[in-house]
Amino acid sequence: MNLSWMAWTSPTAYFFLTIVGLLSMMCVWEAIKPGGGPRVGILRFETTRGDRLFLSLLGSAFIHLAWLGLIGSNLWWALGASLLYAVLVFKFV
Amino acid sequence: MNKPFNNKAWFFVLPVFLLVAISAIIPLMTVVNYSVQDTFGNNVFYWAGTEWFKEVLHSSRFHDALGRNLLFSAIILAIEIPLGIAIALTLPKKGIWVPVCLILMALPLLIPWNVVGTIWQVFGRADIGLLGYTMLKLGVDYNYATKVFDAWATIIVMDVWHWTSLVVLLCYSGLVSIPEAYYQAARIDGASKWKVFKYIQLPKIKRVLLIAVLLRFMDSFMIYTEPFVLTGGGPGNSTTFLSIDLVKTAIGQFDLGPAAAMSIIYFLIVLLLSWVFYTVMENYGAEKPDSRVEQD
Repeated sequence: MNLSWMAWTSPTAYFFLTIVGLLSMMCVWEAIKPGGGPRVGILRFETTRGDRLFLSLLGSAFIHLAWLGLIGSNLWWALGASLLYAVLVFKFV
Repeated sequence: MNKPFNNKAWFFVLPVFLLVAISAIIPLMTVVNYSVQDTFGNNVFYWAGTEWFKEVLHSSRFHDALGRNLLFSAIILAIEIPLGIAIALTLPKKGIWVPVCLILMALPLLIPWNVVGTIWQVFGRADIGLLGYTMLKLGVDYNYATKVFDAWATIIVMDVWHWTSLVVLLCYSGLVSIPEAYYQAARIDGASKWKVFKYIQLPKIKRVLLIAVLLRFMDSFMIYTEPFVLTGGGPGNSTTFLSIDLVKTAIGQFDLGPAAAMSIIYFLIVLLLSWVFYTVMENYGAEKPDSRVEQD
């Protein structure tokens, strides 16, 4: 099957593989500890593990955009900030 | 909790998953791939990295279109929500006029977007349109093709005409579900019409009202067809919303890289706002156990 029209590149392939990897890990986590781990965090409403992953990914996207728009092209710092943000979301939200 | 658990259910989800993969995930992946490259056609691509994202984020054209979108959505919500509630309150609750009113209300919703744009395009023309001709006769110098205010006013009135019915029908469904006993109690207490609205009707239609707000916000934020047919984004760029700008960049200029980067940023904004509205909708109306005890 010719997929050249999709214009794949190594960085975008790694990006999507990471997303798939994260979703697979969530499936494994759910299989080990079913129920989604609901709890009420600092946002004052109930969130599950899936909600926290969604918030982490969405927030990371905006952190990268903000970094790119306000600071510069070196996105490794933005990646670091996103990882820290994701840890905080999974810990406190 | 003894919930039956059957993994065979996943097979029933599989067709939907395949459909979503083909219709949404694969195109989204392609857009992401395009957003980091440049192309002049023939499936030949050149790596551009984050160049297009930087260009879009620093583009005054993008900022202006985003501002117009937010302003438009705010105006639409400020008009359609109160107007929809007001019309729903005046509709009859029983009798022969109920189906007549509901059908009349539903009519604008049945008309396709491009037809609505065409109707108003003709309607607003001074030479052949009733609105344009009437304005001319009244001495109003109205021209949606050359005047910014007229173009915005026409698009807003067009959207109000097209979509207020949705708010009306949702609010009406909430209003007719209120038991008569509430109104009887209010009458015994001598409550005014305003008090009945504030303490009985408004709290009871809160949930459907949130759905109406969500639907109208998202739809107005992604508006494309009606303003494109009516004004084509003009005069100048005054009615160029994000979706119109996106199509101009992608198809008009064939700048697929910047258009893809713009799409992703637009998508992320829509996703964020959807999540905010969904969360508010899910949690705002939820009754706390304590408040339930108080009511009982």
